[in-house]
Amino acid sequence: MSAALEGSPALPVPAAAPSQATGYWTSVWRRLRRDPVAMGAAIVLLLFVLAAILAPYIAPADPYRSSMLRRLRPIGTAGYPLGTDELGRDMLSRLIFGARYSLLMGITPVALAFGIGGTIGIVAGFAGGRVNTAMMRTIDIFYAFPSVLLAVALSGALGAGFGNALLSLTIVFIPPIARIAESVTTQVRSRDYVEAARASGAGALTLLRVHVLGNVLGPIFVYSTSLISVSMILASGLSFLGLGVRPPEPEWGLMLNTLRTAIYVQPWVAALPGLMIFIVSISFNLLSDGLRSAMDVKQ
Amino acid sequence: MSDALVEVRDLKVTFMGGARPVRAVDGVDLTLARGEVMALIGESGSGKSVTLRQLMRLNPERKTHVEGSIRVAGEDVMGLSSARLTHYRGAEAAMIFQEPLLALDPVYTVGAQITEAIRRHERVSKADARARALALFERVRIPSPERRLDAYPHEMSGGMRQRAMIALALACRPKLLLADEPTTALDATVQIQILLLLRELQRDLGLSIVFVTHDLGAAVEVADRIAVMYAGRIVEEGTARDLIRTPRHPYTIGLLKSRAHGALSKGSRLEAIPGSPPDLANLPPGCAFAPRCPLAADACRAAAPPALDVGPGHRARCIRTEDAAGLLMTQAA
Amino acid sequence: MSTLSIPATLHEDRGGPGQPLLTVRDLSKGFSVKGGLFGRGAGRVRAVDRVSFDVLKGETLGVVGESGCGKSTTARVLMGLLDGDAGEILFDGEGVGSRALPLRAYRRQVQMVFQDSYSSLNPRLTVEASIAFGPGVHGVPKREAIARARSLLARVGLEPARFADRYPHELSGGQRQRVNIARALALEPRLVILDEAVSALDKSVEAQVLNLLLDLKEEFGLTYVFISHDLNVVRFISDRVMVMYLGQVAEIGETEALFERPRHPYTAALLSSMPSLDPDARTMEAPLAGDPPSPIDPPPGCRFHTRCTFAEEVCSAREPALFEMSAKHRAACLMLPPGSGHSRAPATPEAAHV
Repeated sequence: MSAALEGSPALPVPAAAPSQATGYWTSVWRRLRRDPVAMGAAIVLLLFVLAAILAPYIAPADPYRSSMLRRLRPIGTAGYPLGTDELGRDMLSRLIFGARYSLLMGITPVALAFGIGGTIGIVAGFAGGRVNTAMMRTIDIFYAFPSVLLAVALSGALGAGFGNALLSLTIVFIPPIARIAESVTTQVRSRDYVEAARASGAGALTLLRVHVLGNVLGPIFVYSTSLISVSMILASGLSFLGLGVRPPEPEWGLMLNTLRTAIYVQPWVAALPGLMIFIVSISFNLLSDGLRSAMDVKQ
Repeated sequence: MSDALVEVRDLKVTFMGGARPVRAVDGVDLTLARGEVMALIGESGSGKSVTLRQLMRLNPERKTHVEGSIRVAGEDVMGLSSARLTHYRGAEAAMIFQEPLLALDPVYTVGAQITEAIRRHERVSKADARARALALFERVRIPSPERRLDAYPHEMSGGMRQRAMIALALACRPKLLLADEPTTALDATVQIQILLLLRELQRDLGLSIVFVTHDLGAAVEVADRIAVMYAGRIVEEGTARDLIRTPRHPYTIGLLKSRAHGALSKGSRLEAIPGSPPDLANLPPGCAFAPRCPLAADACRAAAPPALDVGPGHRARCIRTEDAAGLLMTQAA
Repeated sequence: MSTLSIPATLHEDRGGPGQPLLTVRDLSKGFSVKGGLFGRGAGRVRAVDRVSFDVLKGETLGVVGESGCGKSTTARVLMGLLDGDAGEILFDGEGVGSRALPLRAYRRQVQMVFQDSYSSLNPRLTVEASIAFGPGVHGVPKREAIARARSLLARVGLEPARFADRYPHELSGGQRQRVNIARALALEPRLVILDEAVSALDKSVEAQVLNLLLDLKEEFGLTYVFISHDLNVVRFISDRVMVMYLGQVAEIGETEALFERPRHPYTAALLSSMPSLDPDARTMEAPLAGDPPSPIDPPPGCRFHTRCTFAEEVCSAREPALFEMSAKHRAACLMLPPGSGHSRAPATPEAAHV
C-alpha cells in the first residue's frame, strides 16, 4: 500500500514523541515543574497558605493584644522579630493572621466570578446570535466602569464589612471574566473540529462537554488567576478606605492604612504589610504566567 | 562572475529559541546575476523562506546564529550598520509577501504608504513623491490608479493588493526584489497575472528577483534559474529548462513524477515520494533525503553529498546522479 | 472495520445504482453583510444561487472555482452545517430532513474533511479519541469505537501502536490529514466531501494522500465531492467536474471532455491560467484581467460578462441557463443555445453541437 509509508518506523518521528499516553494535565504539570520561576512562586504561595491555615499555632503572640508601652518597636526587637505596630501589637503575628484575610479576599471573589462570569461567557459564546448580544451588552454596562471605582461604589452602597467587600469584588470581576470566556468560546466554537463533530451528529451538550469546555476552561482559568492579585490589592484598598475589613482585624491593607502615620518613625515596620501584598500578588501573577505557557499545547 | 548582484556563500542559519538549536539553512551558496530571476522551491521547512529573509536580515537577530557571507551589489549585508541596513532595505533590496493584507498598514491609504516610503529614503517633495507613486501604480497596471492611491488596503481586492504591495516594494528603485510566495494566496486567474507582471518588471526595469515558492509551475513561469531546497540545502540548481527536462537529483525527480497531470489515465496512482518531510531538529547524518530516496546507498547515509556539476550551470547534491537519470526514464511508461 | 454496530439498513443502497446518491435542486444560500452604521448600505451575498447538480453513486465529482464562487458554502450546506435558504437536497432519493431520512441519519452518511488539518482536530483529544468520537455519539460502545478507530488508523497508514495516543500537535501535517480522513470514515459514510483536503499539504505528501483517497474509495465503495482550486489534482481524481462562478454553476461535465474541450469561456480561461510547466511554452498573456468580482450584488445577466472576452449586450441582459450539449455535458453560456441572441450562438438547434 503506497499510502502507508508516512507512518513506517524507519522514518524520523517528530520531536515530541515520548509523551505516549500522558493526559493533558499530566503534561501541563510536567512543563510547569520545569519552570523555575513558576515553581518558586508556587512555593512562596504555599508557604503563605500554610501560614494562614496554621496561624494560631505558629504566630508567636496574640495579634490583638496591644500594649501602650511597646509601641512601634523596630524590626529585630527581642520578642518581636518584626517589631510592633502603633498599638504595640506584634507585627509578625498580625502579618501571619493577615494572610488569612488577604488570601481569602484574593481568591474568593475571583473563584466566585470564575463560576458565574465563566458560565455567562461560555453560554453566550456557545449560543451566539441574539442571546450572545443580549447577554454581553448587559455585561458591558458593568464593564464600562473602572474596576476600582466600581468596587468602591458597590462597597459604599452595600456598606462596609468583610462579606460586602467580597460581594462587591465578585461583582467587579464577573464582567471581565465573562468577556474573556465569551471571546474564547466564540473562537473555539467556529473551529473546524467543532464543525466536524457537529457534522457527525453530536448534540449541543456533547459538543459543549467534549469539544468546547476542554478548550476554553484553561484560558479562562489562567486569566482568572491573574485577577487574584488585582483582587487582593483592591481588597486592601477597600480596607484602606475603611470600606472593607474593620479594625482591629489584622488585614494587610488596613494595617498599611493605620501604620501610615508611623511612616517617619518606623518606616520599615510601616512598609511590611505593603511588602506582603506585593510578594503574594506578584507570586500569583508569576504562577499564572507559568500556567499560561505550560498550558500551551503547541510547545 | 563579475556582474553578480547577489552572492551568498556557505550561509548557515540556526535558530536558538527552542529546546534545542534548529539549523534551518545549512550551507547555501547562491549567485544571482543582474536582471536574473531565480526561484527557490521547496516544501515547508526546506529553508527557502529563511534564506530569503536572511537576504534582508529579517530573521530575529537575537535568536538566530548566522554564518557565511551575503554580498549584494558588492556590499557585505551581514556587516551593515543599522543606518546602512535601513537604506539597504528598500533602496537596494525590497520584499513582497504572501499576504499583502498583513504586510500593508491597515490605517493608512496605500498611496500614503508609498509616498512615505519614498520620502524616508530620498529628499523629495510630497507632490513629487505622490507623482512617483502614481507612476508606480500605472507601472504595476492598477486600473484607475489615481483613485486607488487613496484606497485603504482592505478596500482592495486580493490581486490589487498584491499589485499595490509590488508598487510599494519598487518605490525606492531597488535592484533586488525578494518575493515570498507572492501568488500562493491568489486565485488561479489572478496568480498568472501577477506572475506575468513580475516577469515584465524584471524585463523592463532590469530587476533581479528571488522568488520563493512551493509551486513548480509558478517557478517555471517566472524563473530563469531554479534552485530546489531540501532540509536547509540546495539539492539541485540549474536553468528552468535543465531542471524540468533533465533533473538529476532524486528529490527533484520525485517532485516532478508525483505531480498530478493531464496525461494520467483514470484510476492510476501517483508516484508519490514516500515518507514525510524531515524534522530539522533531528536530521539524519548523511544526505537528508536518503530515508525517502529509492537510490539511497550506505555512502549516502554516511556523509552529506557535495554539490557536483552535472552540466553547464547545473549542479546537484547527489552522488548517484547517473542512476537518478534512470529514475526519470520510468516516467514515460 | 468488521465490527459494525450501526444498523446496516441505514447505509443500504435504496434507489439502486442508477439513482444519483445526491441530488441538489435550485439550492440557494445567502448571507447578509453589514454595511455602515445602522446597517445602511447593507448588502446580501448570494453565495450559492439556484445551484443544481447530481452526485452519482461511486463517482468523484470535482468542484472548482475561485474565491467567492460558493464552493465551500455549497459543501457546508450539503453537510448540514449551514441551512440552505431555498432548494432541495435528496440523498439516494429521500429528502434530507424528511421523515424517511432525518438529519441525524443523513449526517451519519455524509462526512467531510477540511483544509486545515490542525484546526479540524481537537487539540485536547488524542488521535484515537477524535476518531472514536463520532461512533460514540451514535451509540457505539466505547471499546468498540476505540477498536474501530485503531483499525482505521492502520488503514490510513498510521500504525495504531505508535499514533493512537498522540495529540494533534505531535503529528506532521500529512499525518494529521490522514487522521482527519480516518475520522471522516469512522461513521462509515457513503459520501465524503473533501474541502481543499490536500491543498495545505506539501507536494510530496499530497500525492500520498491522493493515492490513499483513491484506495479508500475503492475499498469502502465511497462517493467523493472533491473541492479544490488545483485543477491538476481535480483532473487526476475526478470523474466529473463542476465549475462554479459567483455562486452559480458555469459548466459541468465529464472530466476529460471538460478539460479537453471546455464550452464555457470561464472554464477555458481557468484552464489556460494554469502554469504550463514547460519552460519553452510559458504563458504569454493572462487569459483574464482583474479579480473575480465580489459576490455582493453580482453583475446582472451572465455573471461572467464583466470579464468575458466574448461578452455582448445580450450577456448583461439575459441570464443564461445551463444548456445541455450532451447528456453529460452542460454549460451556462449564451453562445451555446441556438437563438439566444448572442452573435456566436448557433442559428438552428442542429448546429448546437458544432
